[in-house]
Amino acid sequence: MTEKIILAGFGGQGMMLLGKLLAQAAMADGKYVTYFPSYGTEVRGGTAVYYLIISNEEIFSPLIEEADTLIVMNQPSYQKYKDMLKPDGLLVLNSSMIKLNNLPEVKTYKIPATEIASKLGNVLVSNVVMLGAFLAIKKLFATHLILDQLQAMLKGKKGNLFSLNKQALESGMQVIKTA
Amino acid sequence: MKDSLPGGISIMKQLLTGNEAAAEAAIQAGCRYYYGYPITPQNELINYMSIRMPEVGGAFIQAESEIAAISMVHGSAAAGGRAMTSSSSPGISLKQEGISYLAGSELPCVIVNIQRGGPGLGDISASQADYFQAVKGGGHGDYHTIVLAPCSAQEMADLVYDAFDLADKYRNPVLILGDAQIGQLMEPVEFHKKPKKNLPAKSWALTGAEGRKKNVVKSFYPVKGQLEEFNAHLQKKYRTIEEHEARYEAINIHKADVILVAYGTSARICKEVVKKSQQYKFKVGMVRPVTLWPFPKEIIRKVSERVECILTVEMSAGQMVEDVKLAVEGRCPVHFYGRTGGGVPTSLEIIKKIVEIVPDNRAANTLLQLAEVK
Repeated sequence: MTEKIILAGFGGQGMMLLGKLLAQAAMADGKYVTYFPSYGTEVRGGTAVYYLIISNEEIFSPLIEEADTLIVMNQPSYQKYKDMLKPDGLLVLNSSMIKLNNLPEVKTYKIPATEIASKLGNVLVSNVVMLGAFLAIKKLFATHLILDQLQAMLKGKKGNLFSLNKQALESGMQVIKTA
Repeated sequence: MKDSLPGGISIMKQLLTGNEAAAEAAIQAGCRYYYGYPITPQNELINYMSIRMPEVGGAFIQAESEIAAISMVHGSAAAGGRAMTSSSSPGISLKQEGISYLAGSELPCVIVNIQRGGPGLGDISASQADYFQAVKGGGHGDYHTIVLAPCSAQEMADLVYDAFDLADKYRNPVLILGDAQIGQLMEPVEFHKKPKKNLPAKSWALTGAEGRKKNVVKSFYPVKGQLEEFNAHLQKKYRTIEEHEARYEAINIHKADVILVAYGTSARICKEVVKKSQQYKFKVGMVRPVTLWPFPKEIIRKVSERVECILTVEMSAGQMVEDVKLAVEGRCPVHFYGRTGGGVPTSLEIIKKIVEIVPDNRAANTLLQLAEVK
């Protein structure tokens, strides 16, 4: 198993964290992982893209020439990276911020992540909604591995944010289950 | 995941950038003096140091400039401490004067260069265009720094740890030559507790001369003849280092028709080509220099005696390829493929280059078949 994932959004949408949670959970699951951020000098508001590879085998090149999955948060990122997805790849997009004129030919899941996060009371967890959706589609590893990472990350003063993130994760999964 | 044994030795795998791995390895190697000035793409290193150094009772100073930082390293090293600085290409250029003085004063220290695109201010993406600067001197005078080139976050940790021992063993600066990708790529890293090496005592260090003869640390030899004598001593030391410290990784070199030579990020992409070629008749092998100075000449000379040709792959306009040619001495053709200015070679580009340089249908058929397999 080798899963090559490109994550993209604008700086501040939490794609770095989304990928890091996946990478750490994969590592805890005993997988090989490489996680490479690529950003320009113009981070705020600019496109931030991350290359994540999870595999049962040693990973040589951490760059992705053709992605198995593309997770995108906004329109410019979608335009910029849609062609890097392989023909039978998976597209998970934030439909709150990406409007499509014609449906792409790849397998596509539209997640109204910004909307769901706003309803939960904090737009900042839209990335975790996307993560929940992706986990429910690909089932790379058990959900508790992600929850463990969130718990480790949200300690002390941030402890009260754990339940919000858990809710966001579950809401994302729910979108797929009811689709 | 901050579980650690006494002494800060982590027992768990951590997901770290190469930059963070370098910083933590330095702490674990006993480095207690870090001086730096921020520059992308090595900021995770200085950031990590700013948090960790106070935790272990060490000194962290964000200096007013790169030149100040390398001069502070000079001071701490002269006093016998394990000292480190880091920067990226333009900042390393600024440090050259200090590096020459450190080499001339025979002071051990570790300098990390996370290369970015150049020349000038260039850009912030990965490059390997500082090879000449790193291995051919960089500053003025006949000197060498030992140059280590990691290709993963784990190897960054391992080599930074070793760098402090090498520096102390030879009283010589050690340069870690990474690039933006090696510095920023996150991978699982484990810190292994290593046995303490039997290193010479720093009897030369400036520790206060009470009760003993005073020590002098200098690079100034104005009396006629003294400097030549000192240079002879340095050259003798460099020959010893060349004889004992060259390191490399060789993959599938025995059955190979073509050998790739690459280090750092380029080497990882080459490894992918090597791996893909194994199921076919036409075989690609690889030599990855781990030390760039001393350069692993011997193994390259050996493989050159029996392969069709050698292809050197770099993220530069062709620098290390000169050392490969010097090692090969005309025994086989040496080709070059490079990308510059932040460009990173792809495995497909490398395969196409191999097809171009091997005038043989067998290679072409096999390799193009191989390119189809993604």
